[in-house]
Amino acid sequence: MKTPIYMDYHATTPLDPRVLDAMLPYFGTVFGNAASRSHGFGWEAEKAVDTARAQVAALINAKPKDIVWTSGATESDDLAIMGVAEFYKEKGNHIVTQVTEHKAVLDTCRHLERTGKATVTYLPVDTTGMISVDDLRKAITDKTVLVSIMFVNNEVGTIQPIAEIGKICRERGVLFHCDAVQGASLLPIDVDAMHVDLLSLSAHKMYGPKGVGALYVRSKGPRVRLTPIIHGGGHERGMRSGTLNVPGIVGFGKAAELAKASMADEAQRIAGLRRRLHEGIVSQLDEVYLNGHPVHRHPGNLNLSFAYVEGESMLMGLNGSVHALASSASLPAIAVSSGSACTSATLEPSYVLKALGVGEDLAHTSIRFGLGRFNTQEDVDYVIERVVTEVRRLRDLSPLYEMAKEGIDLASVAWQRE
Amino acid sequence: MAYSDKVLDHYSNPRNVGALDKSDPSVGTGVVGAPECGDVMKLQLRIRDDGVVEDAKFKTFGCGSAIASSSYVTELVKGKTVDEVLAIKNTHIVEELSLPPVKIHCSVLAEDGIKAAIADWKKKREGAPAVPAQKKTA
Repeated sequence: MKTPIYMDYHATTPLDPRVLDAMLPYFGTVFGNAASRSHGFGWEAEKAVDTARAQVAALINAKPKDIVWTSGATESDDLAIMGVAEFYKEKGNHIVTQVTEHKAVLDTCRHLERTGKATVTYLPVDTTGMISVDDLRKAITDKTVLVSIMFVNNEVGTIQPIAEIGKICRERGVLFHCDAVQGASLLPIDVDAMHVDLLSLSAHKMYGPKGVGALYVRSKGPRVRLTPIIHGGGHERGMRSGTLNVPGIVGFGKAAELAKASMADEAQRIAGLRRRLHEGIVSQLDEVYLNGHPVHRHPGNLNLSFAYVEGESMLMGLNGSVHALASSASLPAIAVSSGSACTSATLEPSYVLKALGVGEDLAHTSIRFGLGRFNTQEDVDYVIERVVTEVRRLRDLSPLYEMAKEGIDLASVAWQRE
Repeated sequence: MAYSDKVLDHYSNPRNVGALDKSDPSVGTGVVGAPECGDVMKLQLRIRDDGVVEDAKFKTFGCGSAIASSSYVTELVKGKTVDEVLAIKNTHIVEELSLPPVKIHCSVLAEDGIKAAIADWKKKREGAPAVPAQKKTA
């Protein structure tokens, strides 16, 4: 058992082999430009793109023509927010979002604030990562043009009450954008029932290829208008110019079709694995804390803080770094991620955990396990064993664990800060 | 992040992990860093009357480089005199472990840790009332 175990499905997912099979012809003989109307090469490419459009639309119960292809979810989020802010600037300039959104939403909102194009309200979340719909209702003003709230948080897995939020937005005549990158392959989305007007998707989070995403843009009831951010050629109803990435789009379509077909069973199976992982860990270790919502969370997400063990040192014990040394070369590596500052470019611990009120000391000890399609029970059992071993080893090394066991209240210690 | 072989070695086989008796007058204890900063090192030195470090122990909460820096420094100080130990610079630790720029603070903390341990030992020798290094005085 030397194959590395991948448990970081929120970061990206491997391409499903069935998706790869669907894509391959479009790298070879079927190479036409989907915008070429004058010959069979173009017609064939266009046909493939139309099929994929229907497949992605079906995943979220949308009309195929309401799907706009993009380069990925970051572009989808940018287009939705910037496009609405610009197009509706005569109507208003206020946006409501929340503090644990992905940076693709937060940085875009900050950009609009900095350039004076919008004022933004960032709703807080509670300790489980959930926004309050009452807060949302109160935050909407007559200047509000857009509400942008994510479906599932990428770090802690909390699922926001999208249908309720959509209902409020529709009643108040405000457009609703939802970043549904996480969870779209496991949790049902219905843009009509949930009153979603704009919705971002990414192929590589659902076993499709990287470099392709989509923005759902409602065309009726209400018709949503956007000012494009990429100009030239007028592709995609003028909202996103550029020659289409046909193989990527074909792969995205196939991935969406597979997700829709297996969703219920897969969500149940993955949630079962997640439960096994959680129980296996907490039954053997004390002072392990769950971050995020105990119930309303992504089936594959388990975010835990292992008190007194710094996250990066834990990753190092799991991720194969030490396999350079002969003694442990036979152990398969485990790929997970951490909210520790040491793993981020900014040396700041996770802003998401901070927003949930997780103390910085515990944020440094957080590990995110992201389970997905290709994880097995055997993987889970092996991860439990390795995590328990590493945490015990690192706690034996930890002065904090020693002090806590001696009964010292760590909060009362006068630490020497750098 | 790619770790140097020496960091990996100290991380996997840390030297001198453990604790010495804090109340022993020949033991100096230094606790540096803070949990919310992501690293805390506890370094302890047993120092003979002639000023030679005869034993060193550590415990560290922190990343792999912090663990390696403290492990390495416990090896480094053994057999050295107090003056020699005080002359150790963090840059020596950086070079030995090939720490990248983003991990230089780990070496600074290790240097601070041994200095704090020696300061604690000196304070005990001067007969000052022993104040536990890591406790806040009320």
